[in-house]
Amino acid sequence: MDSREITTQISEAADSLNLRKWDYGASFSNDYSVQVDKGEAKQLKASQKQILTIRVWNQSNLVGITTTSDISESGIKKALKQANIASDFGNKNESTEFSPLAKDPIKVKEFKKRSPVGIKKLLTLLREAEVKLLKSHESIKSVPYNGLSESFFERVYANSDGAFRSYSKSQAALYLYARAEEKNNKPRSSGSIKLGYGVDDIDIESCIKEASNKTISHLNYSSIKTDKYLICFSPESFLTIINAFSSMFNARSILDGVSLSNKNSIGEKLSTEALNIYDDGLHEKNISSSPFDGEGTPTKRLCLINRGRIENFIHSESTARIFKTIPTGHAGLGSKVSVSPDWIVVEKSEEKSDLKTSLDHSSYEGEFVYIEELNAIHAGVRASQGSFSLPFDGWLYKNGTKVSIESATVAGDIKYLLKNIVNIESSQKVTTSGISPHIWVDELSITGDA
Amino acid sequence: MLSSQVKSNEIVFGNCNKDLLEEIIFYGIRLGADFVEIFIENTDNASVLAEEDFITSVSPSFGRGAGIRIFKNKKDGFVSTNDLTKHGLMKSVSQAIEMLDIKDNKNREVFNGLNKHRDYTLPKKNWINEVPSIHEISEKLLVSTNSLKKNNKIITRKGSYSRSLQEVIIASSDGTYASDIRLHQTVGLNVIASDAQYRSSGSRRFGSAGMPNEFRLWDHEKAANDVFESSMNMLYADYVDAGQMPVVLANKFGGVIFHEACGHLLETTQIERGTTPFENKLNEKIAHESVTAIDEGISEGSFGSLSVDDEGMEPEKSVLIKDGILKKFISDRAGELRTGHKRTGSGRRQNYSFAAASRMRNTFIAKGDYSKEDLINSISDGLYCKSMGGGSVGATGQFNFAVEEGYLIKNGKLTKPVKGATLIGEAKEVMPKISMCGNDLELAPGFCGSISGSVNVTVGQPHIKVDSITVGGR
Repeated sequence: MDSREITTQISEAADSLNLRKWDYGASFSNDYSVQVDKGEAKQLKASQKQILTIRVWNQSNLVGITTTSDISESGIKKALKQANIASDFGNKNESTEFSPLAKDPIKVKEFKKRSPVGIKKLLTLLREAEVKLLKSHESIKSVPYNGLSESFFERVYANSDGAFRSYSKSQAALYLYARAEEKNNKPRSSGSIKLGYGVDDIDIESCIKEASNKTISHLNYSSIKTDKYLICFSPESFLTIINAFSSMFNARSILDGVSLSNKNSIGEKLSTEALNIYDDGLHEKNISSSPFDGEGTPTKRLCLINRGRIENFIHSESTARIFKTIPTGHAGLGSKVSVSPDWIVVEKSEEKSDLKTSLDHSSYEGEFVYIEELNAIHAGVRASQGSFSLPFDGWLYKNGTKVSIESATVAGDIKYLLKNIVNIESSQKVTTSGISPHIWVDELSITGDA
Repeated sequence: MLSSQVKSNEIVFGNCNKDLLEEIIFYGIRLGADFVEIFIENTDNASVLAEEDFITSVSPSFGRGAGIRIFKNKKDGFVSTNDLTKHGLMKSVSQAIEMLDIKDNKNREVFNGLNKHRDYTLPKKNWINEVPSIHEISEKLLVSTNSLKKNNKIITRKGSYSRSLQEVIIASSDGTYASDIRLHQTVGLNVIASDAQYRSSGSRRFGSAGMPNEFRLWDHEKAANDVFESSMNMLYADYVDAGQMPVVLANKFGGVIFHEACGHLLETTQIERGTTPFENKLNEKIAHESVTAIDEGISEGSFGSLSVDDEGMEPEKSVLIKDGILKKFISDRAGELRTGHKRTGSGRRQNYSFAAASRMRNTFIAKGDYSKEDLINSISDGLYCKSMGGGSVGATGQFNFAVEEGYLIKNGKLTKPVKGATLIGEAKEVMPKISMCGNDLELAPGFCGSISGSVNVTVGQPHIKVDSITVGGR
């Protein structure tokens, strides 16, 4: 069944059950992945998956929902019936409607459609990559975490008001995580991830090189003394921290009382005037982009922080109505609709500011801690309180030399961090989760073993 | 002919599917597979969320699917599908065979048909009618969130419930043929407290396996008092000073550290990857002699208990560490094949779209001889971790755990509450430092995410003392 046929079938089944108002979101995917272990295939996986989420509105205009993987005629009917029963428990205090933008035109990024390369080619490519990575340095003894995958999927949104959107795309991913061991030292690990629309778009050589360089660079390690340090966040780590505290820009979180912001926070100064942050799901470098959200609202670029001040919140249909604005294309599809950012873009504004531009991660010779990657986000971030305490991989730079830091955490408060940004480097880096330059922050606490 | 014996071209839950399953397994063996395993599931789930004094989300879901795994030598190919017809399942077998590049079927394995059906579903068929209705759940959640309304500093009150009912059929070419129904229910309370610039949060989660009546028996008043007290104690807490210090970890969810930092390293998947420091340490001392650790799937009602694992084996009680000596690894079928460690009934997966892997079930440190006070009295300057948040373990065994509710210990007494603490270390170094175990073992439910998805587990321990650990703070 294609998505048009499913829409027709849902429409007919809804009619037969006397359900006049409904919408649905669906995804259909075929995924293929391989893992290797020292030249041998370890696990080869293929999956065919379909997920359908249906919402119905009852006569009191309350919403009920059901999710199923059964898209047979009987499965669809059962889902509609269950959603109708669930609508008896619909939220009476916050109504949900169709997005007013669900029929607006959407921008679909143009890209060449890729075809599956097949498991055998995936396996050959990954085997070769593993061999090259193992040969790249004598201390690299294994690549315990590795994988090459390709996915082909279609996403659909439709409603009883005649809205219908669908798009198909492909995505491939390669990850290589190496482990290096040297006598009388602890094992050290690091890795690299690359995404592409298809396997042929992935720069495998650079993934190998990056995984190797990063792993080797941690071989010379030492404990760090617990203290406050000048910190340089890598683009990846700064994006991690912004995403972890994105509830500051999230209207749903504000309404739920779990955000550091409130309804009146638009215009609040959070950081230096040199800082701009956007959410830009349709950015040309975002491989995972989607032209519409769970409610069918078109994805768009939205400014979250403009010259250090909160400019916009991200919204679903219902939060936008409460805030008297329009949906921003960040909604999921659920009984309670969630809201989340797509792809964060951090940049230096053109505003003149008092940044310490001499702070450059490639040339600064004073002492600082470079945070390459933050870990254990789910455990160490208290988004509703604004605090974080996170282990990280990184280096201590001192007198022009760098030493990998063994087992340390960085702790602080997001508002303090944003207020204490002392430099935003000029050049940005594209990562798998967004774009950012290196960001320098003064006086954050580091806990180490030394 | 009984309806249950009707030959079908599709898997039908509640019917006898033996002929169809045998046909599919024969097909795989005929094509040259060493081993064929079929895992089929049918799910019926629901979740309910109460916020403040209203139900804000009711989310039912249902689904079905199959995971087919083929082994050839030590390699395996895994295919998952929503198509439970004979055609769909055979297509999946062919796809797995093709992925493994199996062309030679001359020395093929013998499949003698499926053994007698082990049907664990019989006493469980009525569970779906015995679990509380959405209406009943909603009412109790609203009473619970109302119980959290204890003062005006509580600004957010949430109660959540989720139920998963999973019916599974497991068949494989060694003759395994089993069916089971699994029921898991979990309920949690969360609050955020606020006063001027101060903020704190508190949460507690409870869960059970089987036991459809358990939610009705849940003492929501006690839970609400506990969460409220925790959030109030932490509201004005100062940040902890970082450093090396002795700590006492509370019982119940304190066991998450053993689970994450050591338990995962005792799964055979870690041996396969070469990422556990304990690989060649069987029968060697890896922990303080006061430590005995167990992983089992048999405690009635515990969140990680199961009648049969996802590979058709009944779970066993595995003593992992006895008096500090490593005695056993947690193993599944692939683990046994690739590492030689015997299966322990620990082959688990989130659902049909994951291949089973060696995973923990109910994992805990056994009780010792000391009281909680003995442990605290033994410390002049340290930290008491009353409630743990989540944590993670890196690829080289380093762990990091957030302390949700902590108190300083001074001269053998609990003093002021502190926030922002994280415990940092490595299992290999911390295990020998667990020098005292209390006599108050208790278990707590949780979800564990790993290679085969998120599975229900129990963690647990008595109060334990770690002589020295790095505490991250400000």
